[in-house]
Amino acid sequence: MRISLTLNGLERDADVWAGESLLYVLRERLGLPGAKNACEQGECGSCSVLLDGELVCACLVLAGQADGHEVVTVEGLGGSGDVHPIQDAFVQAGAVQCGFCTPGLVMATADLLSRRPNPTEDEIREALSGNLCRCTGYVKIFDAVRLAAVSTPPTVDPPGDPPVFSPPE
Amino acid sequence: MEVFTPRTLDEALKLRAEEPDLVPIEGGTDVMVELNFDRARPRALLNLNELRELRGWSRTNGHLRLGAGLTYTEARAPDLAEQLPALAEAARTVGSPPIQNRGTLGGNLGTASPAGDSLPPLLVGDAEIELESVRGARTLPLEDFLLGPKRNALAPDELITAVRVRPRSGRQTFMKVGPRNAMVIAVVSLAVAVDREREELRAAYGSAGPVPRLVTAPVGERATFPEQVAAAASPIDDVRGTASYRRHALRVLTERALDRCLV
Amino acid sequence: MPEESRIGDPVATPPRPLELGRIGESLRRVDGIPKATGEFAYSSDLVAAGMLWGHTLRSPHAHARIQAIDVSDAVRMPGVHAVLTHEDVPGRKTYGLEFPDQPVLAIDRVRYFGEPVAIVAAEHPEQARRAAAAIRVVYDPLEPVVDSERALEQDPIHDESPTAGHGYRDDPRPNVVRTIVIRHGDPEATADVAVSGVYELGIQDQAFLGPESGLVVPDGEGGVDIYVATQWLHVDRDQVAPCLGLPTEGVRIHLAGVGGAFGGREDLSMQIHGAMLALHASRPVKMVYNREESFVGHIHRHPARIWAEHRAKTDGKLVCVRMRILLDGGAYASSSTAVTSNAASFACGPYAVENALVESTCVYTNNPPCGAMRGFGAVQTCFAAEAQMDKLSAKLGLDPVELRLRNALASGDTLPTGQKIAGSLPVAEVIRRCAAIPVPEPEPLPREAIRLPGGSGNTTRGEGVQRGVGFAVGFKNIAYSEGFDDYTAARVRLYADSAGELVAEIHSAGAEVGQGVSNVIVQVARTELELDNVVVAPHSTASVDSAGSASASRLTWMTAGAVRIACEAVREELERRGGGLEPGEEVDLERIYRHKPTSPLDPETGQITGERAHVAFACAAMRAVVEVDSDLGLARVAWIGTAQDVGKALNPQAVEGQIEGGTAQGLGLALMEEIQTRDGLIVNASFTDYLIPTALDMPPVVIELVEEAEPDAPYGVKGVGEPPTVVSTAAIVSALRAATGYELARVPVRPDDLAGL
Repeated sequence: MRISLTLNGLERDADVWAGESLLYVLRERLGLPGAKNACEQGECGSCSVLLDGELVCACLVLAGQADGHEVVTVEGLGGSGDVHPIQDAFVQAGAVQCGFCTPGLVMATADLLSRRPNPTEDEIREALSGNLCRCTGYVKIFDAVRLAAVSTPPTVDPPGDPPVFSPPE
Repeated sequence: MEVFTPRTLDEALKLRAEEPDLVPIEGGTDVMVELNFDRARPRALLNLNELRELRGWSRTNGHLRLGAGLTYTEARAPDLAEQLPALAEAARTVGSPPIQNRGTLGGNLGTASPAGDSLPPLLVGDAEIELESVRGARTLPLEDFLLGPKRNALAPDELITAVRVRPRSGRQTFMKVGPRNAMVIAVVSLAVAVDREREELRAAYGSAGPVPRLVTAPVGERATFPEQVAAAASPIDDVRGTASYRRHALRVLTERALDRCLV
Repeated sequence: MPEESRIGDPVATPPRPLELGRIGESLRRVDGIPKATGEFAYSSDLVAAGMLWGHTLRSPHAHARIQAIDVSDAVRMPGVHAVLTHEDVPGRKTYGLEFPDQPVLAIDRVRYFGEPVAIVAAEHPEQARRAAAAIRVVYDPLEPVVDSERALEQDPIHDESPTAGHGYRDDPRPNVVRTIVIRHGDPEATADVAVSGVYELGIQDQAFLGPESGLVVPDGEGGVDIYVATQWLHVDRDQVAPCLGLPTEGVRIHLAGVGGAFGGREDLSMQIHGAMLALHASRPVKMVYNREESFVGHIHRHPARIWAEHRAKTDGKLVCVRMRILLDGGAYASSSTAVTSNAASFACGPYAVENALVESTCVYTNNPPCGAMRGFGAVQTCFAAEAQMDKLSAKLGLDPVELRLRNALASGDTLPTGQKIAGSLPVAEVIRRCAAIPVPEPEPLPREAIRLPGGSGNTTRGEGVQRGVGFAVGFKNIAYSEGFDDYTAARVRLYADSAGELVAEIHSAGAEVGQGVSNVIVQVARTELELDNVVVAPHSTASVDSAGSASASRLTWMTAGAVRIACEAVREELERRGGGLEPGEEVDLERIYRHKPTSPLDPETGQITGERAHVAFACAAMRAVVEVDSDLGLARVAWIGTAQDVGKALNPQAVEGQIEGGTAQGLGLALMEEIQTRDGLIVNASFTDYLIPTALDMPPVVIELVEEAEPDAPYGVKGVGEPPTVVSTAAIVSALRAATGYELARVPVRPDDLAGL
C-alpha cells in the first residue's frame, strides 16, 4: 500500500507492506535511520519520534496509521542540517557514549521542553523514564536536559526553512 | 495483509460486520508488539485512529463517558483526574510517556489482560462498557465483559465505543507494585475507593487472578477488608512474582489504601 | 564498494576555540554530534545496493540430538536466495575465543536454547523469517544438564574437556571447563573469629542497546568485507577466515558503529553466518537480531555459587580466607577459562591476607553460554567477599570502613597468587576519600512518589520505609592476564594538504564501543604532535595491525601507548626530514605497543610462574544509601558516593561517564537483572521482563577521582570501566542489609527477600 505523510516538514510517499511499523518505514524505506530499533516493543524509547507533535514509539505505530499525518524525527529537529541546541547540549554535557539511545532521548527532551521549558528534577526523570540507556547511568543525560533548558530558545521558524518542530498550542 | 482505515464509526462497524476476522488497532501498544515479533499475522487490520467518535470524554446524566480512544495521557489531565483520581494514577504507571500518549482504554479493555492497569480503577468505578455493532448498541458491566485472561465478551462484529464510569463519591487511590520504578508490568496492583453514597469499601486487584476482580464490603468492615481482598485473589507464581508475595502485597496495599481513603 | 553503502567516514575533529583537546581535558566526543543528529551509522543502519536480509534459525531445545534438517520447503519460498546448514560451512566447522568448541551451525547436536542451526538469505526480512520457519528440523530431545553442581556428576555434554592436557590444572570430573586452585600460606590457619556464608549470583546480561548486526559484502573474488559491531576486529577475522576456508587476507573486518558492548560482542555473532550467505548468494547480506534473539544469541555473565569462610583476629586483621567458587559456563567455553581464573585471583578482595585457599571451577551445562561481561569474574567474588566483610564487622563490632582500612592492600604488598603489587593500588586512599564524601540527610516527608520506594506505583507515602547505608571496596586487573600477551598497534599518517597544512590521520583497530577511545586517540595525538588537525580513520583490519580487544579496561592505556609511540616515531622522522612536509608529502609509520609480559598461574598452586600473572590493578570504594519499603520489599537507591583509582583521567568527563554507567549496571544486578531459565530455556528474553535501570532508578552519583599514576602506563593512566561495576552490586546490597537486617546472600535481590517472606 502507499502512504503519504509530512516528514520533517517535507511531503513524502512510501510503498509499504501493510504490517510494517512506522519505524521500519522510516529506517528502511525513507532513508532516515536516526530512530533506532533496540527492542521494537515500546520498552526502550530508542525509536521515539513526534507524531502530530506528540512523543510516540515509532515501532508501535502502524505505517498506515501515519498516512496523512505529521512526523518529526531526530534528523529533522535542527532543520536544514543544523544542530539543534538540545543535540549540542547532549554532546556538551557528556551524555553521549555509544549514542544508540541518544536520538530517542533527544526527542523526549524536545517534547519535555516544549511543554515544560523549566522542568524540575523530578519532571526530567519522569519524562525520560521511557528511554533506556545502558552506557551512561543517566547522570549526564539529566545534565544535558538542564543545559538544553537554558540554551534552547523558543521555537522560531526561519523564513524559507521547512517548519520542523513547534510546541503544541 | 491489508489495512482498513474507516473515517466514521458507521463505516468501521460495517467493515467489522463484513469481515469479522479484522483485528482492530488503535494505539498499537499491544497489537504492534504481536506483529513486530511474528506472534500474530492477521489477514487484515482495522485502524481506528481516524474515528473522532471514539475520542474524548463527557459528562452525561451524572456519569462520565470515556471514549474508547481516550489515551492514558488524556486520563491524567487535571479535569478528568480530579473526578477519577485512581484512573489517573493508574495511567501514570502505564509504560512510559510515549506509551501513555498512544495507549487507550479501548485497547486495554480489548486486550483484557489480568495486568491491565485501567481495569482495577474502572471496576471500583462501577464501569459499564458500551459495545456497538451494525445490529445496535449494548452495555455490559465490566465484570461481565472480562471473561478470562485475555478473553472478553466482545462479539466478532462489535467494537468497544466507550466506558461509562461513576465519578468518585469519596477518596480513591491506585497502587502498583513493580521491581523497578518505571515501565513495569504489575506484579500486583490495587485500586481502592470509598463510596460515600453507598457507605461501601470497593477494591479491585490486578495481576492476582485470571481477571481483575472487585471486592466490596461495608465501611464498617474496614479492619478485615485487607484480608478479604487477599482472600478473594487467586494469584499464581510466574516470572514476575510468587503467589505468596502477591497475596501479602495485597494485604499491605489495601491497609495503606484504606488509611489514605478513609481520612 | 557500492555507492549506497554508508560506512563510518573519517571523523574530522575541528578543535573548539580555547580548547586544545589534549590529554587531561574533557574534549567533546568526536562522534558526538553525528550521534545526536541521527547521522552516525550503526551496524544496524548500513545499506548496500542489492542487499539481502539474513536470518538465523535457532534451536528451541536446550539439549537435543539433530536427526534431520530438511530445507526443501524453505529454498522454494518467495524471495529466498540461500538456505544453509553445517554442510555448507566451507572450512572449519567450529570456532571459539579460547577453544574452537562452538559449531558455526549445529551439526548433530544442540547444546543450548537458541543455538544456531540454519541460516537464510532473502529479499525482505519477513521473507527470510518465513523461510526459516519452513525449515524442518527433527530433534531428539535429551535431558538437559542445568545444575552446576550436578553437572560435575552427569554425562559430559562435550566429547573433550577443553583444558585437559593443555597445561591447566587436571580436573577429571565431567563437564569441567577449568579448575584453578590458589594456595597461599597456610590454608588451615585459624583465628579468633570466623564467619561463613553461601552466596549466589544469577545470570546478568550485557543488554547493550544496539542489536547484533552487520553487513557483509562479497568482493567478487571469493573474499568478503564484513562491517560489524564488535570488540576485537582481528580476532574476529582470525576466527572467520578458517571457517570460510579463506586466507586471512580474504576477510576484512571493518568496525561499524557500535551500540554498546560490555563484553557481549567479544564472541562472534553474525560474522560467519552473514559471510556464508553473502558468498553463496553473491550479494551483500545484512543481518540484524531483534531483541529476543539478542538476549538468546550472545553470551552472558557467569552465574555463580560461592562458599566462603573468613577467619580474623579480634582487631579485624584477616588471617585466612577460604573460598570455593562454582561458575556455570553454559554450553560453550567462550572466555570461561579466563573468567574462572579472574574470579579466583580477586576472591580475597583488595586486602592483605596471609593465608588463603581459593578454588574456582567453571562447568559446562546446557544453560545459556556465558563469557565476558564487564567485571569478568571479579564482580561475583567481590559480592561474596564484601558480604563476608560485613559479617565480620558485625561480629567484631568494628566499623565496616575501619575494618577494610585495617586490611587494605598497598603497593609493595603480595597477593595470594604470590604476585607483588609493583604498580599503584591506593586501596586505603580510595577508602578514605570515599568515606569522606558527606552523606546526604534523609529527604523529609511528604515526598513526591517517585522519590520513594515503589516510585510512581504510589505504594507508600513513607509507611514501612527504612534507610540503610552500605560500603564496599573492590578491585580487578587491567589488561589481559596469564600470558595472553595482548598488544596494540597504531599507525600515524602525517601529511601536508594542498594548503600545506599538516594533518595527522590515525589508524587504529581499537573498537569504539561507546567508551570514548576515539577521543583518547585524538587527545593523545594532539598532545604528542602538537597539532590540531587530527583525523581518526575508519577502524579496519585492512589498514593496521591488531589493537587487541575493547575489554579488561585495557583499551585506553594500550591505545594511548600505541598512538604515543607512533607519534614519537613520526616526530623523529619529521625532524630527520627538516621539520616540515611539502603538499603531497607524507610520513606513514605503524608501531606496536606492549605492556609488561605476564605468565600463567601454576596449575597446582595457583602461584605466579614469572614476575606477574596480571599487568596492573585498579580499585574502587563505594558508599550506597538505600531506602527499603520493608513491608513490600521495594527498594530505592537514594545516593551513591564513590572514589576510584584511575591513574590519570585522560578525559575527566568521559571517566565520570564510565563510573556512572558502570554503577548503573551493578545496581541492575543488585536489584532487578536476571536471565531466568527453566530447564535451560530462557523465559524472559525481552526488555519487558529483563529489567535494566531506568532514569527513575538511578541515584545521583558523587565521584572522587584518585589519580595516583600507574608507573609503567602512558601518562600514568589506568582503565576505569570495570571497577565501578565490580564494587556497586556489593555496596548496594550492603546498604540493603543495613536497612533490613536480612542476610541477602543472593542477587538480584527480590521483593520477597527484602520483605522477609
